[in-house]
Amino acid sequence: MSSVSPRSPTFWLLLLAGVAAPLAFPDYTNQIAVLWLMIIFSLTWDILGGQMGYNSLGNIFFFGVGMYTCAVAQIGLFYDVGMYTAGSRTTHIVFSDFQYFTGFALGSIAAGLMSAAFAAVASFFVFGLRGPYFAIGTLGVAVAGAELMASWDWVGAASGISLPVFPGTPETQKLFFYLLLFGLAFVLLVFLSWLYSTRFGLAINAIRDDEEKAEAMGLHTRAYKRAALVIAAFFLGIAGALFGNMTGFIEPRDIAFPTTTFNIFMVLMVLLGGKGTLWGPVVGAVVFHVIKEVTWTYFLGWQFIALGVLIVVIVVYFQQGIVGWLMERYPARFAGSAAPKVKAEAPALTRGLAPHPGVAE
Amino acid sequence: MDQVIGNISILESTPIFNLGLLIDGLLIGSIFALAAYGLALVWGVMNVKNLAQGDFIMIGGYLTWSLGKLGIHPLFGVPVAIVVLWCIGFVLYRTVISKVIERDLFTSLLATFGIAIVIQQSINLTFGPDTQSANADLPTWSFADGLITVTATRLIGFVMAVLLALAVILFMKKSRMGQAIRATAQDARAARVLGIDTEKVYQFTFCLNAAICGAAGALVAMVWTVQPFLGTTYSIRLFVVVTAAGFGNLPGVIAAGFGMGVFEQFGGFILGAEFQQALIVLLLLMVLGTRQLQQLRFRQAVQ
Amino acid sequence: MNGAVIDVENVSKSFGGVRANRGVSLTVERGRITGLIGPNGSGKTTLFNSIVGYFPIDSGSIRFEGREISNMKVPEIARLGLLRTFQTTRVYGKMSCMQNMQISIPHRKAGLLDMFAREDAATTERAGQLLAFVGLDDKRHMRAGSLSFGQQKLLEFAMALMNEPAVLLLDEPTAGINPTLINGLIDRLKRANTEFGITLLIIEHNMRVIMNMADFIYCMAHGELIAAGEPAAIQRDQRVIDAYLGAH
Repeated sequence: MSSVSPRSPTFWLLLLAGVAAPLAFPDYTNQIAVLWLMIIFSLTWDILGGQMGYNSLGNIFFFGVGMYTCAVAQIGLFYDVGMYTAGSRTTHIVFSDFQYFTGFALGSIAAGLMSAAFAAVASFFVFGLRGPYFAIGTLGVAVAGAELMASWDWVGAASGISLPVFPGTPETQKLFFYLLLFGLAFVLLVFLSWLYSTRFGLAINAIRDDEEKAEAMGLHTRAYKRAALVIAAFFLGIAGALFGNMTGFIEPRDIAFPTTTFNIFMVLMVLLGGKGTLWGPVVGAVVFHVIKEVTWTYFLGWQFIALGVLIVVIVVYFQQGIVGWLMERYPARFAGSAAPKVKAEAPALTRGLAPHPGVAE
Repeated sequence: MDQVIGNISILESTPIFNLGLLIDGLLIGSIFALAAYGLALVWGVMNVKNLAQGDFIMIGGYLTWSLGKLGIHPLFGVPVAIVVLWCIGFVLYRTVISKVIERDLFTSLLATFGIAIVIQQSINLTFGPDTQSANADLPTWSFADGLITVTATRLIGFVMAVLLALAVILFMKKSRMGQAIRATAQDARAARVLGIDTEKVYQFTFCLNAAICGAAGALVAMVWTVQPFLGTTYSIRLFVVVTAAGFGNLPGVIAAGFGMGVFEQFGGFILGAEFQQALIVLLLLMVLGTRQLQQLRFRQAVQ
Repeated sequence: MNGAVIDVENVSKSFGGVRANRGVSLTVERGRITGLIGPNGSGKTTLFNSIVGYFPIDSGSIRFEGREISNMKVPEIARLGLLRTFQTTRVYGKMSCMQNMQISIPHRKAGLLDMFAREDAATTERAGQLLAFVGLDDKRHMRAGSLSFGQQKLLEFAMALMNEPAVLLLDEPTAGINPTLINGLIDRLKRANTEFGITLLIIEHNMRVIMNMADFIYCMAHGELIAAGEPAAIQRDQRVIDAYLGAH
């Protein structure tokens, strides 16, 4: 797989494309910004799901935690949070430019750290579960997060929080958040490109392929799993902070912890693009997001039904994902990864135990 | 919080209330037990964890409610729901489930989740997001100066649930197909070698489960309420029941179903209705946590 | 050179009502090849799994290089230098052989930063040598999952050597192997013992193999140890013969 480091042309091409996009397509700035968010979602999901074999249905938890942490920090640095959330509809509270930007900056960092901290703690509880239990358990955590925030008055309960308003024109605002989201996605991609080339990449792949074997070989499986979750949570937390401010308003069930939308999209995008590869999630995110943006309005009213059908179709028919399929079709192009494989894995005769045709890396 | 303390003190001061909650819990729990049995069946036989279980129940419920709107007594909803859901189960099995059985477990989980979303949203589009209930127009009995009320509806629901459960259990024990199902659940490969058509067994099991859900749904519509998105809550609820009891342990599953009913009644009373979803999720996390601790003693993970 | 590297003392383990191990005691001498035989159901695998930490024992003690390991977890024990291979041969199927080797380095002294280290040339070199030792050098870039069963067994063995263990516990290493390949495997096991100085404890059903290889053999039946001695003595031991022939 091609790496994304300052030495590779991909790095510069991507950087250029990312920065130029809003200039070339100013009307679509927001949509492309959300595309970068989707890429962040899919890349972080893939760390756990595709590379490590732990299919999480609760990653959105860290997104929401980050969003709320940032909001609380942004507001709390200058005002009393409880009073703010109680009175935000009646009184108009003003933030100076300085207050806005420092609050936002510090809040975003706090968001990443807080999510990472939650992940570190959660890892003690959540990694004793395997397979479907892990999926359902993490889903439970995400739903619990939504419900807890929805009943906590200090953070606005079910009504949510109105965030400080961006000081600047709508044009500047669009560009500002676009660049932030692009920047985060870009950093994430470069970081993961490096990360997967280190022992970490081998270790989490080993955990995916056979965790018991890895344990029997003395691998520090718990440490690697914790690190993977913390890394994913960190980026998701910051993404939450950014998106929350971009929206201007946060709410527990649909914006911070959207368990049936973003949370599921991230899985679909990775499955569509190809689990366990660096570019698979990216490709999947692009394809998914574009299709969704184009068809969403046509399916008005029926969107979610279409979504459900899409889930089933992707899950049943797109096992390897686009990149996975490509890697199988043109193995020579992906030199550096394991060479041509003979599909010698016979289908298991017992139900539910068949190995799925994997991708090389 | 004060509300919670207040509610607890009511329970303490008026012990008869506890009995009322217990009775209600058992009555409702019977329906949980029935649906949980279906879930455990599909899980044990095909290793498919059906996240759409609650939504199947909702279909049954809405069918019954629609019948009620047409002037037909909801009790007839049970056989109608059984038949309709059986057919739906058949279609779903052929189009989706059969293709994901041999794959890894996450695939089947996601597939059923997709089905769940389709069902929820379809119901929402057709019937709107309001909560509904089918009126059975049956008497209510009071005891102990009105402190305990038992509705005939709930009692009938209980009786029907028990009868249905018994019918299914008897079927599993005595009929050829029932035996084939149990054989396949124990060892699919061996069953195949012995000439059992496991494809048919899987199909039958899935349809049977759908039908069970339909019946449960019809009862739910009479005894409680239905709402397009209530399905998820049921799915989680039933998943908790089956996980807590262990899917192979069918008597345990039934007992846990009853236990869940009682737990929810008490929990709902003490904490208030808005916390229903939160309570169930919390219970899920607790059950998974406890399982982990149990497995830790054997140095294994919860697989 | 000598001394017990594994010391099993009076170990008992039951599963429900079945007493799989009853007061079993044995020692594995450093640098030797020790065999563990017995008919099916004798409790060898249970003992084996107890030693490697797969589950806790009910009573007794298991010491590795003087240290009590019966309350330690599998990865901890592995990091001490006590490694096991699996009867069903487990490798990392989607990774290449070379990657399988690279991740099999000892993780004894691994610190936080080591998690993010890049694989260095020395490791790759050594991996290549070990792959050559088992005859898989030309397949180093192939996906491990696409190797034949026998080749996977060799890979698993190479991975174990890569881990620089003090002791290697092998669970029926020749099971399912083509008879013509068995000699090659035996030869490599012996060389691992003599050249790399690795102590071996082998569970085996193939009498020819184990009598040929082992310096000392323990025989179990019905959860108990019934005989111990050098191969020649064991072969003539009436209790062993009875156990196998009258096994039920």
